[in-house]
Amino acid sequence: MGYLFKEGIRNMFTHGFMSFAAVCVTVACLVIIGGFSLIIYNLSLFVSDMEQQNRILVYVEETYDTGEAKSVGSRINMVENVREAVFMSREEAGKRFIEQQGGDDAYDGIDSSTFRDRFIVTLEDNSKMQETVEQLRKIEGVAMISDRPELAEGITTIQRILNIASVAIILVLLVVSLFMISNTIKLAMYDRRDEIAIMKMIGATNRFIRFPYFVEGFLIGVISGAAAFFIEWGLYDLLATRITQMQSMQLFNIVPFQEVFLPMVLTFGAAGLFVGMFGSVMSIRKFLDV
Amino acid sequence: MIEFRNVTKVYTAGNRALEGVSLHIDDGEFVFLVGPSGSGKSTIIKLLTAELEPTSGSIEVNGYRLESIKKRQIPYLRRTVGVIFQDFRLIENKSVFENVAYGMRVVGASAKEIQARVPYVLDLVGLENRGRRLPHELSGGEQQRVAIARALVNNPAMIVADEPTGNLDPQRSYEIMMLLESINALGTTVMVVTHEQELVNRFTKRVIAINEGKVINDGMDGYYFNEET
Repeated sequence: MGYLFKEGIRNMFTHGFMSFAAVCVTVACLVIIGGFSLIIYNLSLFVSDMEQQNRILVYVEETYDTGEAKSVGSRINMVENVREAVFMSREEAGKRFIEQQGGDDAYDGIDSSTFRDRFIVTLEDNSKMQETVEQLRKIEGVAMISDRPELAEGITTIQRILNIASVAIILVLLVVSLFMISNTIKLAMYDRRDEIAIMKMIGATNRFIRFPYFVEGFLIGVISGAAAFFIEWGLYDLLATRITQMQSMQLFNIVPFQEVFLPMVLTFGAAGLFVGMFGSVMSIRKFLDV
Repeated sequence: MIEFRNVTKVYTAGNRALEGVSLHIDDGEFVFLVGPSGSGKSTIIKLLTAELEPTSGSIEVNGYRLESIKKRQIPYLRRTVGVIFQDFRLIENKSVFENVAYGMRVVGASAKEIQARVPYVLDLVGLENRGRRLPHELSGGEQQRVAIARALVNNPAMIVADEPTGNLDPQRSYEIMMLLESINALGTTVMVVTHEQELVNRFTKRVIAINEGKVINDGMDGYYFNEET
């Protein structure tokens, strides 16, 4: 076993160029897929952030005092699609209105009775906004509802497209990458078909022949996964810094790499190992049939 | 022991390589298998090492029935047959010692056994001082000796040499044949496949002549061919 393990390590260096090519192709593919996944992740967070900001305002009957108005909240919370209903008194609403007008003196002295008590409602699922609004309207004490169905619909559509596109693109990239990586490994194995034929001819079992290739694939996988991870980290940090410095991208919050560190380490490690080990073992299969 | 009973081999393309071949080679014999290119000699070797399956007939080699051999048994069959090729087939990036030792590693020999056996076999083939060299640093004759050492290292019941002198000059060819004869004298069955008439006739051995997939002569009367020869 020790000999076979050493053979695997030695093989990687004796066939240095092909090992280097396999590492390069694997790294390139992992960086592209990883980079794309990070972009998708950031975009989906951005969209769900927008979704959070798309709130419904539920106004309470003018005749209700604050206590009665607050009690409407418990009925709003009982509606199925409601995630949260935050109460805002008429005084608070008035203060916020004046703030939004940039502190214009013309609005000084507006009486808070001009405003209504209200609830800021966020939904679980924006695509069901219309049904939810209908249910809210039926609640006793609800006078009026201010919703923006077009925005909700727009966000839902973007999210759907993003989900489908990301799955499709990642799948395509994954298939292309696997094809490229397996071809590179196949080339590396083709380079050694004579060696494998000699081993078979002197009575080596398939397991004996495979083991060093398995070790070699493992090493190529580990090296590729680690290299791809650090390259991805560097590129991501560089891009994130550039984007946050751009005036036009101020609205866009980039997730810090530290937040995705663990899933990225695990994904790159697993992908590198899978591609390296199974790639090499599967590729020698046809040369073993002698 | 080799036993071919009415063996026919037809390739998928329809080429009939062997036609009803029957032959028997006992343990400890030295046999030349001769015939022109395309006569079926290589097919016989491939059948012997289970690289090919016979289309019909039965083959027995060192106790293995090859028409029904399981895939996982093939490596064990091959360990009983040391094969030597015209192009030596050495692993280029391994030293002479490692090439020979590799034959023992595949059967799971310990480092101690390898250290004891490989120098002995290298000495037997006259390469005791070449262990650290790489194959490309040796002459053709020396490379063939390495291949013979590798074939011998596990003490197989039989050595099959496929045109072992095809890449060598007459003097080196003769030396290789002498070496194979001395190996045979130690009790190993030796089968040499060749088309070198002169070489065959220098040794008084059993000669099986094959042409167009059929055995046309089997005897001690040297290189023999029918009217085309």
